[in-house]
Amino acid sequence: MASRIDQEQVQHVASLAKLSLNDDQLKYFTTQLDEIIGLFETLNEVDTEGIEPTSSVTDQINVMREDVADNWGQSQALLKNAPDAEKGYIKVPTIIDESED
Amino acid sequence: MKYFEKDLTSLHDDLVAKRISVTDLVKATFDNIAATDPELNAFLTLNQDAALKKAAEMDEKGVDADNVLAGIPLAIKDNIVTNGLTTTAASKMLENFVPVYDATVVKQLNKQGVINVGKTNMDEFAMGGSTENSAFKTTKNAWDYTRVPGGSSGGSAAAVASGEVIAALGSDTGGSIRQPSSFNGIVGMKPTYGRISRWGLIAFASSLDEIGPMTRTVKDNAILLSAVAGHDDHDMTTSTKEVPDFAAELNDQTSVKGMKIGLPKEYLGEGVDQEVKDAILAAADKYRELGATVDEVSLPHNKYGVAAYYIIASSEASSNLQRFDGIRYGHRSKDVKNLEDVYVNSRTEGFGDEVKRRIMLGTFSLSAGFYDAYFKKAAQVRTLIINDFQAVLKDHDFIMGPVAPTPAFKIGDEISDPMTMYMNDVLTIPVNLAGLPGMSIPAGFAKGMPVGMQLIGRPFDESTLYKAGYVFEQATDFHKQTPKQGGNN
Repeated sequence: MASRIDQEQVQHVASLAKLSLNDDQLKYFTTQLDEIIGLFETLNEVDTEGIEPTSSVTDQINVMREDVADNWGQSQALLKNAPDAEKGYIKVPTIIDESED
Repeated sequence: MKYFEKDLTSLHDDLVAKRISVTDLVKATFDNIAATDPELNAFLTLNQDAALKKAAEMDEKGVDADNVLAGIPLAIKDNIVTNGLTTTAASKMLENFVPVYDATVVKQLNKQGVINVGKTNMDEFAMGGSTENSAFKTTKNAWDYTRVPGGSSGGSAAAVASGEVIAALGSDTGGSIRQPSSFNGIVGMKPTYGRISRWGLIAFASSLDEIGPMTRTVKDNAILLSAVAGHDDHDMTTSTKEVPDFAAELNDQTSVKGMKIGLPKEYLGEGVDQEVKDAILAAADKYRELGATVDEVSLPHNKYGVAAYYIIASSEASSNLQRFDGIRYGHRSKDVKNLEDVYVNSRTEGFGDEVKRRIMLGTFSLSAGFYDAYFKKAAQVRTLIINDFQAVLKDHDFIMGPVAPTPAFKIGDEISDPMTMYMNDVLTIPVNLAGLPGMSIPAGFAKGMPVGMQLIGRPFDESTLYKAGYVFEQATDFHKQTPKQGGNN
């Protein structure tokens, strides 16, 4: 049976999703994803000509509300969840890769 | 004290009559947990100090006699945020995450005086059907410690079934309340999409996710649903429809006489365990005996539900989980040289395999060149699945069938085979795709393990499911059987 997704495509999808896979993981994820995409393809048996897609089943459409801010005054508590913070700001590592200078 | 002999109403009477204080009840609950949980592993975080403090305050001012939930200890699935109490969704990504607000359901429960005793284990980000995908521990089935509790709300189900707590909240995206309820012999309701606010539920698949109560009796479940349901300005998908007092309709007069029940032939088909089938057929006979009619119906697109679901749910998950980037909260990798490393290494270290699998499936289904063939196709099949249900529910009051094709399987048996694991959800997934209410109630045993019956209703008609569930429960004694301490049934 022809494979539906190969290692190169899985590597591409992983990079789109900001995930990195080592060689072993790439191998087993490729096998598993291939099998699951095979399941997806059973949908080709269904005639969907002219059928509207459903993206949501809520009975609410275009719910409007006043644009008022609430939940103020929590910045200190929120910053406690930041991996690194200083003086009321979230700190991130230097974003320019100096190793490639 | 175990909760086996109690329900919410009798506990409330005890509290009001001061036969037991809230403090003693809360202490007894933590004693239960201390005795049972080192092996059962239902809880990730306990809220002991805050719970005892709240209990003392309630004892001080007296328990509200008009509020059946006042002073009742309850457990909450760990993907529902609780102000000041660690909430991880069982992921390393959120191992140290402390929310700064309460989910709307938690706020509603707090208002009623419910006491949160702790957060229950689950599959990471609610992705899984066995709770084995938790990054922290493996919860066991309350009836047999060598078996899975189901999932993803496996911790909540095991905590209720073992008698650690009287009730818990779970969440259900493709069966995550109903399947663990079935596996543990308790009552679990996934209400209609839009019935309960998801504000503060850590998003997995937003067009499918729903919160719901897990209890030992139908009436307790109805009481809790009324307490947490209703419109919320913070969740624009919540309905403005009035929330009935569901429990008020459950009494000696409740009956299924004249009701028309549909039993889909696809729900008793290939892959469904013979003992599970037998239990459901016996339940159908019981309903006939009680004055309802049961006839065979068909949901022809049911078998495509799993494929459509894993495309749709994974696509929504890949989008929802983009927020975990290692910047503002959650895990940040220490091994970084640049911004790209922060994103990639934090996500690679923080997410488990099942979450990665789904993110990749979703990214693939939505990617250029594949969108029409996968995502759009699945959304069209979803429409056909909805149409199937509508056709049956037009002239049937509700649909009955099994929750899962088998009783609980052994720990370790299916975790390495995602496809087999996914097929466990074949009977629950279509209900989420259609946004309908679905409930699991105890309906027998197979190989000594509980079997749940699924009742599926019209949108916003949880009321009929509760009535039908209540009548069945009163006419049978499956719900009265309880697991032995240590899961040695």
